[in-house]
Amino acid sequence: MEVKYRVSDIDSEGIVDAKMFREKLLSKPSNGSAGRTGTWRLYKPVISYDKCTKCGFCWLYCPDDVITWKPREYPVIDMEYCKGCGICADVCPVDAIEMVLEGE
Amino acid sequence: MRKVLIGNVAIAEAVKLARVEVISAYPITPQTIIVEKLAEMVDSGELNAKYIRVDSEHSALAAVYGASAGGSRVFTATSSHGLLYMYEMLWWIANSRLPVVMSVVTRSLGPPWNIHTDHQDALTIRDAGWIIGFAENVQEVFDMTLQAYKISEDKRVLLPSIIALDGFILSHTAEPLEIPSQSEVDGWLPPREPLPFVMKPGESFAVGNLGPDEVTMELRWYIWRAMERAKKIIEDVDKEYGELTGREYGGLTEKYRVDDADYIVLGMGSWSGDMKEAIDVLRDEGYKVGLLRIRYVRPFPMEDILKYCVPAKAVLVYDRAVSMGYGGILAGEASSILRGKTPLKSVVAGLGGVDMRSEEFVDSIKRFIEEYEMDKDVEWLNTYWLLKGGGEG
Amino acid sequence: MGRSMYREFLILSRGGQGGVTASRILATAAAYEGKWAQAIPEFGAERRGAIVKSYLRVSNGVIKRHSKVYNADGASIFSSKILELIDIGEVVPRNAVLLINSPSKPGIEGYRDIYYVDATRIALDHGLVIAGWPVVNTAMASAMARVFEIASLESVLKAIKEFFHGELAEKNISAAQEAWNKVYR
Repeated sequence: MEVKYRVSDIDSEGIVDAKMFREKLLSKPSNGSAGRTGTWRLYKPVISYDKCTKCGFCWLYCPDDVITWKPREYPVIDMEYCKGCGICADVCPVDAIEMVLEGE
Repeated sequence: MRKVLIGNVAIAEAVKLARVEVISAYPITPQTIIVEKLAEMVDSGELNAKYIRVDSEHSALAAVYGASAGGSRVFTATSSHGLLYMYEMLWWIANSRLPVVMSVVTRSLGPPWNIHTDHQDALTIRDAGWIIGFAENVQEVFDMTLQAYKISEDKRVLLPSIIALDGFILSHTAEPLEIPSQSEVDGWLPPREPLPFVMKPGESFAVGNLGPDEVTMELRWYIWRAMERAKKIIEDVDKEYGELTGREYGGLTEKYRVDDADYIVLGMGSWSGDMKEAIDVLRDEGYKVGLLRIRYVRPFPMEDILKYCVPAKAVLVYDRAVSMGYGGILAGEASSILRGKTPLKSVVAGLGGVDMRSEEFVDSIKRFIEEYEMDKDVEWLNTYWLLKGGGEG
Repeated sequence: MGRSMYREFLILSRGGQGGVTASRILATAAAYEGKWAQAIPEFGAERRGAIVKSYLRVSNGVIKRHSKVYNADGASIFSSKILELIDIGEVVPRNAVLLINSPSKPGIEGYRDIYYVDATRIALDHGLVIAGWPVVNTAMASAMARVFEIASLESVLKAIKEFFHGELAEKNISAAQEAWNKVYR
């Protein structure tokens, strides 16, 4: 009785499978892999630069890495990808960030 | 070189010859002296490897997971409850396709506390995507451990391997062992290739990030196909190792006097040797019976089972593990392949290390043949328990 | 495979006396002579002083079985006190040969042959004491090799060197040599 392996005829070298597996299991960090997440926002952060002390807390705490900041410079928020979570407003030690309803 | 060694030390010798680079272990019960011997080898400089002692079996497997993802050839060992504590990490490793190799000294699960062998612990991980081999003697423990690296690291496979050996019966029994030289092994087992991926400093990527459900399923499908391909690779590696050492076992199964057999016995682990002696006795008495010894439960040798069991009159399966509420685990798997084509009797024995002598296998196999001869339409619907002192339940 | 040479042995010792090591030394010695051998310890909860069983199989062909030994051709009892604790007739068949660690002829009958060796005295004389206990494994292994014809003295001494090194090896070798010559019936 001759019994054949069931999938030995399909990609017997497994090269395509291994490559596909690797590509689908691994992910590299990049901008906006989930699309323009700025559209998810209900409230947007607005910085009062007259109050801002350039401390960098908002940059440090932003979970989506959308704030650029360097020491002794003002932070800038990338509104293309900011989801409006409000953490920056919450951690700002001088209340320089206000969450404003989108469209107002 | 020929030495008389116990199974635990034989494994350490195989790990050394494989030039394993990272070993991690939780050193306390239910650990065996496999990792103790390896610690001595690393300490003396005999083995150039990083040895990571951790606080639990879960951590041990997590540590070799990281090291394997970093491209190293790795090893760990455990037993019974230690293996169960590893359970979560077993799946992470298989689903990441990392060629980790681990020894499992099979021992009963408590309660009651029992340090002796059965196959229940190793069979709890049947479904996790690990290649799982069961050895019959100390030489095969050694050979399968070395082969596991070649099989797991093959770019057509890329799956982790477990080599299971019966607690005490193989782990602590000394037998003559042929050990190939380092240069022989080096010529046969090349260093690990950087597959399926290697994480290194300066190159950032994530393994297994959240993704669409369809991707999860597709990744499982690739594992499934790799497991199917592994059947052929296991056979090929067995053959080329046979050319190197003169020891070839038969791939996924060993075929012991099965070619003209009317009755096939299925079993695995150290008691297969006692079964072989029983079969020799029965053959001398005129019974046409053979043993199809399961060497790998994953991938499961369904092709061999069909080939040898379908033409037979009846099949007898000895299980050293049971699925409560279902039956003997090997018996269940074999009968799902046979799908009623051949009558099959499932016998559970040897749990918690209960000894089975070859004379007892002779009696038990004879009884099975007589039952079939008396009623050729017999349906063994029950799972039969060989209880010592209580007879056949 | 010729089974004519196939023989099984049982060692009854106390945890700490070296029964398991003795069976491994003998398996190693037998293997030097081209024989197949198997040394199997039977562990329970490890306790110093408790009775430990070890098994030894020797054959001129590969031994496939791995079960315990039930019909020993020879049994070695590392402490004659063990005979007071167990019914030896239950454990060792009557057609077996016994070797007992005892300073004088043991008061036991009903076996094919009974040998004795004063392994405790030999161990003490050669300074083989660990944590206050005389370790009789090499003396008993040597006497077993002679009585049961498992291996030559030369092979036993060579095997001992695999298990012990330096001064300890020398002590064990001289104990083994003395035991080989001082086995009595």
